[in-house]
Amino acid sequence: MQLANEVKYLIHKEVLLEWRSKYTINGVLLYVVSTIFTCYLSFVSLSDKLAWNALFWIIILFASINGVSKSFLQETKGQQLYSYVLASPAAVLISKTVYNVLLMLVLTTIALGFYTLVFDSFTPPDLLLYYVAVVMGSISFSTVFTMVSAIASKAGNGGMLMAILSFPIIIPVLILLIKLAKNAVDGLPWENSYDEIGMLLVVNMLTVATSLLLFPYLWRD
Amino acid sequence: MNKTWWKILGSVLVVYTAIAGLLLGVPRLPILNESIRNLYFHVPMWFAMIVLFSISVFYSIKSLSSKSEIDDMKAVESVNAGIIFGLLGLVTGAIWAKYTWGQFWSFDPKQNFAAISVLLYFAYLILRNAIDEEQKRAKISAIYNIFAFPMMVVLLFVLPRLKDSLHPGNGGNPGFNSYDLDSRMRMVFYPACLGWILIGYWVYTIKFRLRSLENKQQAN
Repeated sequence: MQLANEVKYLIHKEVLLEWRSKYTINGVLLYVVSTIFTCYLSFVSLSDKLAWNALFWIIILFASINGVSKSFLQETKGQQLYSYVLASPAAVLISKTVYNVLLMLVLTTIALGFYTLVFDSFTPPDLLLYYVAVVMGSISFSTVFTMVSAIASKAGNGGMLMAILSFPIIIPVLILLIKLAKNAVDGLPWENSYDEIGMLLVVNMLTVATSLLLFPYLWRD
Repeated sequence: MNKTWWKILGSVLVVYTAIAGLLLGVPRLPILNESIRNLYFHVPMWFAMIVLFSISVFYSIKSLSSKSEIDDMKAVESVNAGIIFGLLGLVTGAIWAKYTWGQFWSFDPKQNFAAISVLLYFAYLILRNAIDEEQKRAKISAIYNIFAFPMMVVLLFVLPRLKDSLHPGNGGNPGFNSYDLDSRMRMVFYPACLGWILIGYWVYTIKFRLRSLENKQQAN
C-alpha cells in the first residue's frame, strides 16, 4: 500500500512538473513533427509500404530516446538525493516508467496521426493493429530507456552513453515491433500477430523485472 | 594434477577435434559438401562464448552484493575472453557462408543478431571506460551486464526462430542432428564443444591472473 501511494504521488509530481513547464512534451513533439516534415520534403513520396513502416519506426525510436532519456538525465544530483530520501527505489522506478509510458503514448499517437496525414499513400488497412504495435512500442521503449537512462545518468556521461547503451538492447524489441507493424501494413488477420504481441509482453515483463531487481543497487550511491 | 587435469583435457580434446574433424568421415550432402566440418569449429565458439558470458553475469551479480574488486575483475575478464570467442564465431561463420551462401555477410538474421549481441558487450566495455571511479564503475557496469544478459538470450535463442534464416537449424532448415544418422559427427562435435569451453575458461583464468598481477604492481 505504501508503495502504491508513493508511486501515485511521484507520478502526480512528474506530471505536474511537466505540466508547468511543458518542456519535454513540446520539445519532443516539435522534434517529431519537424523530422516527419524533413522526411516529407526529402522523400516527397515513399516508394513502398515497407519504407513507410521503417521510416515511422526510425522517427519514433529517436524521438523516444530524446523524450525518455530526460527522465533521469535532466534531474540534478540534489533532486535525486531528495527523492532518494523520500521514496523507495522501486517507487521511483515504477513512477518514472509509468510516466514515460504515458508521455510516449501521447507522443506516438500524435506522431502516428501526423505521419498518416503527411504520408497518406500507404496508410495501413488495419489501423487498429498498427496502433496496437505503436502502443506496444511506447511501452517497450519506455521500460528499456528508463532503466538505461538511469544507468547513463549515474555514469555521469549523459547523451552519447545513452545512445551506445540503449541501441543494442532495443534492437531485439525493435525487430519484433517492426514485424508486428508490418503485419498490420500487410493487412494480415490478427491471429498472425499473437506471437509477436506475446513475445513483446514477455520481453517487457523481463525488462521490468530485472530493472526492479537492479535499480535499488544503482540508486544508492 | 588436481588443478591441471582440465587444462590437459581441454587441450587434448581440441587437438583431437582439429585432427578428427578434418580427417574423419562426414555425410556427403549437396551444397554443404565438406564444409559441414565447420560445425566442429564454428558452433563450439558460441558455446564457449555463452559459458564465458554466463560466468561474467554470475560474477556481476556476486560483485553487487560483495562489492569486491576481484569479482568485478573476473566479470570483465570473462567478457573480454567471451568477446574473442564471439568474434571467432562470426569469422568462422562468415567464411563458411562464403562457400555455401556465396557471400561473407548476407545479412542473414542469425548473423545480424550474433553481431548485435557482440555489440552489446562492446557497449559494456565502453561503459566501463566512461567511468573513472573504480567502485562506481564496478557497480554500474555490473548492473548493465545483468540488464543486458536476458536481451542477449532473446537475441541469440528466441528471435532467430521467429525469422526466416538460411542458417542450419533455423527457419525450417535441418540442423546437424538430421544429417548425422550414424552418430559419426557426434563423436567429434561433443568433444569439440567441451574442449573449446575448457580452453575458453583457461583463457579467462589467464587473463584474470594477468590483470590481478598488474593491479598488484600498480598498487605498490
